[in-house]
Amino acid sequence: MKNTLYGVLGSLLSVTAFADSGAQKDQYQLNLSKGVTDISGQVYDLHMLMFYICVAIALVVFGVMFYAMYFHRKSRGAKPAHFHESVKVEIAWTVVPFIILIFMAVPAAKTLIAMEDSSKADVTVLVTGSQWKWHYKYMDRDLSYYSLLATQPEQIQNKFAKGENYLLEVDRPLVIPTGKKVRFLITSDDVIHSWWVPDFAVKKDANPGFINEAWTRVDQPGIYRGQCAELCGKDHGFMPVVVIAKDPAEYEAWVSEQEAIQRKAKEEEQKLLAMNMSMEELMSVGERVYNTSCAACHMPNGEGLPGVFPALKGSDMALNDMPAHIDIVVNGKSGTAMQAFGKQLSLKELAAVITYERNAWGNNTGDTVQAKDVNAVMNGQ
Amino acid sequence: MAEQEYQKYYVPEQSPWPIVGAVALFLIAVGAGNFVIESTKGESGFGGWILLAGIVTLLVMLIGWFNNQINESMNGMHSDQLGRSYRQGMSWFIFSEVMFFAAFFGALFYARVIAVPWLAGEGNNAMTNEVLWPGFEDMWPLTKTPGGTETTAMGWMGLPLYNTIILLVSSFTCHFAHVALEKEQRGKLKLMLGLTVLLGCIFLFLQVEEYVHAYREMNLTLQSGVYGNTFFLLTGFHGMHVTLGTIILIVLWLRIMKGHFTPKNHFAFQAGSWYWHFVDVVWVMLFFFVYIL
Amino acid sequence: MSTATEHAHDDHHHHMPTGIKRWIFTTNHKDIGTLYLWFAFIMFLVGGAMAMVIRAELFQPGLQIVEPNFFNQMTTVHGLIMVFGAVMPAFTGLANWLVPMMIGAPDMALPRMNNWSFWILPFAFIILLASLFMEGGGPAFGWTFYAPLSTTYSGDSTALFVFSVHIMGISSIMGAINVIVTIWNMRAPGMTWMKMPLFVWTWLITAFLLIAVMPVLAGAVTMVLTDKFFGTSFFDAAGGGDPVMFQHIFWFFGHPEVYIMILPAFGIISQIVPTFSRKKLFGYASMVYATTSIALLSFIVWAHHMFTTGMPVAAELFFMIATMLISVPTGVKVFNWVATMWRGSLTFEVPMLFALAFIVLFTIGGLSGLMLAITPVDFQYHDTYFVVAHFHYVLVSGAVFSIMAAVYYWLPKWTGKMFDVTLAKWHFWCSLISVNVLFFPMHFIGLAGMPRRIPDYALQFADFNKWISIGGFAFGLSQLIFLAVVIKACRKQGEPVSDQVWEGAEGLEWEIPSPAPYHTFETPPVVK
Repeated sequence: MKNTLYGVLGSLLSVTAFADSGAQKDQYQLNLSKGVTDISGQVYDLHMLMFYICVAIALVVFGVMFYAMYFHRKSRGAKPAHFHESVKVEIAWTVVPFIILIFMAVPAAKTLIAMEDSSKADVTVLVTGSQWKWHYKYMDRDLSYYSLLATQPEQIQNKFAKGENYLLEVDRPLVIPTGKKVRFLITSDDVIHSWWVPDFAVKKDANPGFINEAWTRVDQPGIYRGQCAELCGKDHGFMPVVVIAKDPAEYEAWVSEQEAIQRKAKEEEQKLLAMNMSMEELMSVGERVYNTSCAACHMPNGEGLPGVFPALKGSDMALNDMPAHIDIVVNGKSGTAMQAFGKQLSLKELAAVITYERNAWGNNTGDTVQAKDVNAVMNGQ
Repeated sequence: MAEQEYQKYYVPEQSPWPIVGAVALFLIAVGAGNFVIESTKGESGFGGWILLAGIVTLLVMLIGWFNNQINESMNGMHSDQLGRSYRQGMSWFIFSEVMFFAAFFGALFYARVIAVPWLAGEGNNAMTNEVLWPGFEDMWPLTKTPGGTETTAMGWMGLPLYNTIILLVSSFTCHFAHVALEKEQRGKLKLMLGLTVLLGCIFLFLQVEEYVHAYREMNLTLQSGVYGNTFFLLTGFHGMHVTLGTIILIVLWLRIMKGHFTPKNHFAFQAGSWYWHFVDVVWVMLFFFVYIL
Repeated sequence: MSTATEHAHDDHHHHMPTGIKRWIFTTNHKDIGTLYLWFAFIMFLVGGAMAMVIRAELFQPGLQIVEPNFFNQMTTVHGLIMVFGAVMPAFTGLANWLVPMMIGAPDMALPRMNNWSFWILPFAFIILLASLFMEGGGPAFGWTFYAPLSTTYSGDSTALFVFSVHIMGISSIMGAINVIVTIWNMRAPGMTWMKMPLFVWTWLITAFLLIAVMPVLAGAVTMVLTDKFFGTSFFDAAGGGDPVMFQHIFWFFGHPEVYIMILPAFGIISQIVPTFSRKKLFGYASMVYATTSIALLSFIVWAHHMFTTGMPVAAELFFMIATMLISVPTGVKVFNWVATMWRGSLTFEVPMLFALAFIVLFTIGGLSGLMLAITPVDFQYHDTYFVVAHFHYVLVSGAVFSIMAAVYYWLPKWTGKMFDVTLAKWHFWCSLISVNVLFFPMHFIGLAGMPRRIPDYALQFADFNKWISIGGFAFGLSQLIFLAVVIKACRKQGEPVSDQVWEGAEGLEWEIPSPAPYHTFETPPVVK
């Protein structure tokens, strides 16, 4: 059991380490990046076309204006002319911009239509945002997982030096094959998020209850980083997107390996039902889980944010009502920000974190919650 | 333009009523906000009392302000130009009301033409239906929501139809009252306006009946998904406007009993009747889009 | 033209009231204009202080000063205050002062309602600001309050936010009705439509937009309220609603709202540029038509704020093209201003400096707006600092600069004394430099990929953010110079000015004495 878990952790770490070796971003990047797909290249070209047209218009307008400001000054003895309209000129500067607009709109429409055609995809991934992490599910495979910010809280709190990919690193990146059309089905569990990878020129809102589609075809293997782009609450700034593109053979191997690991973990989980873990083990696993999954809202000290996120420290539920406590962690509470963690965490992690919440910060109930207790609630017993 | 044609535009002296009105709205906003929070949480608090204080203050303000206004008008301080200002102001106010209802009609159209079909997999949302709401079918009225809440649709026969007829008739009686006022037929004016008020009250009574029926027997509530939402908010806000319109008409009737208004000088009556016709038109739209279609 | 201000007093002529009662009970358009302008200035400083908190937090990567939740409250309330508390009331204040004087009316058409419109505002903002101190904090969902973040996932203060927006809306609608009726009904004899000053024209159209869309905002907040507290599901798919529907309703209000905040600015610039060019405005008629077409187009472009929400491609194309069309009438305006200057006789007094800065910086903002209209590229720009740069260029160096230009232009008429020109020039140059240090690098970090509304950012954005924050603090401090100029002017320090004030100024307001008497045009002038 332990070995499997370490196996999962190890593979995660190796991915994270790999992710860290990406090229450093330019500190003085001034422009949009060209990206790594055909579409992102087209978008970049459109952007530059627009930019040059805008600069040209600005130069002409400001040129004339500054000329007048210099040569038609009263201090140079300029006498005001008396004209104040000219139908010809006015028609000209209505029609000419119009023609320029058509010149812009045609290539833009072409690119747009290509971007929105997600049909005939080779791989489909369901991307689900929730406060404040992404979940990836490979639709034609037996693989799904959460992807969380991997930057240590101490870096954010300025206690440790900030790493190279500060705020742009996750524990488990999305992995996609190169040279294949990958379709993203994007949705959300709670508020609106927006899944964005600049290098793919893909940004789509994750709307709860609806699925938006987007696609990409990446040709170069590499690590591509983005962020949530739609304000989604407190930790909106802390839910990055990291995508690794691998060549198809490596991708295939990776997916199969991950599927096997997940299958094995599930089997292990069933065995776990018969076992009892010690308080120490529960508390140590619980603390780790709490800090990654719960502390964002309920705060590391368990005191929550008054009026927004309830305190666990000294709460009636954590002190007295164990069934309700397990239920709310497993199933969430609809109409609030409390998510259903039953599908995000393993039985062991759930048991551990509930135990932790009932014994940390002076809650000291002495209760231990075991995997089988959680399983009972999950199965509605 | 000749100077003598010019009438003096009445610019009022300082008035205490606007600031009283501002305080009233402040109390209403604070009170309503807290009342909503407290009542949905089941807590006790002062929200309701503050709200009540605000409403009372607003009533005091309205009575005081209109009193000033009526006295000025009766003393002949209002020029034709001022009358035009009032009429234009009232028309723009009604336009703003139209746009308020437009927001809810917009929500109704969006839900029924776009959101519900998309949830059922139309347009570019095939996967929305397949993955998130398998089995959900497009229908309007939405008697079964994607989340599974069930309800019944309110038909247009019966009460809604009677109410439509009542409001339409009341629009005519209101118009006849106006004609009578302009022809100086005070008896007919009182009768017709009184009849309009009566019809308004009957409408409101039947509307309450309909709500009771919807809640008790049809399982159609404010929480019944977007069909119930649009139904109750549209008819509810309309009902509030009918209530306000009826109160305005009652005040007008009382003023008529006191001998106010002349065939030429009756802005208040005109504004009230415009308002009544507006409320009527909104109902016709409602009857068509909420009940029939 | 007659300047009929010294007319015989009649039975209900008012002596000028004094003390606090003057301001609380007033029905005088000039008093109410002054109240609006001071209120807007105070709100500008309050909203600005929040911007300073935001920039201080973003000075360095990492969390230093505030918690993310408080940061979100700051961005939200900063936006709400600047839009509804600073820019809109400032324009309404200018309309109050100027519209009656420009069209030769004795006052606004509905003076008591005018006072009511104003006095609602301080109360509305007291509610909004007080909600920051509630348990759970104030609104933290962005000034656009997208559902369901503002419904299911928001704090209790949402209820107070909703009702404070309601009464702000009542205030705006009444203010707008007053302006529109004044312009429609109170013009002096001979002041035909096509003789009206452009400021009056732009405000007429702005007032129409306000009446058309503020009620829609009221509807949107009402649905937010019922969704959050009464179990409706307008914005919840499980009940057949759609969170994107909120955005459609909001932006149906929101886009015309954007023009509400810029059309009066166009009017102001169209008054100032001819004065200091000593030449009539070029293309008056086309200015009127351009303003009208911008206003009409504003009703069919709202979804360009929503390109990433997953609309069908046909809708995306429609909104892209409609949005691009707006650049045509907007371009006409800029070209007309430049043509007005062409072969004029230019001088560069403080109002003109601000107007010229407006033309250049607003055009930059307009051009980035054109870039944002292009749907496929907008996918990259959307919700990044590029957007933040764009709308601050049009709103700060656009709308706010135009308000400052207007204040410097008409202040001598209001007080009868020339303001401290040296200080005002300091204010201009400090503002001009700092506003660009503040907002120009935002284009770069936006293109490089920094999202909006985040309290902390990746390391590659650190250097520019530092500069942006420095620019922000400098811009904030520069406004204290403005405060000093205005206070000095209100204390009637400075040289007396002539009735015309500026050589080249034309229009009814420059024919009455300086300072403008408490009551003007009690008998209307005749405009030839």
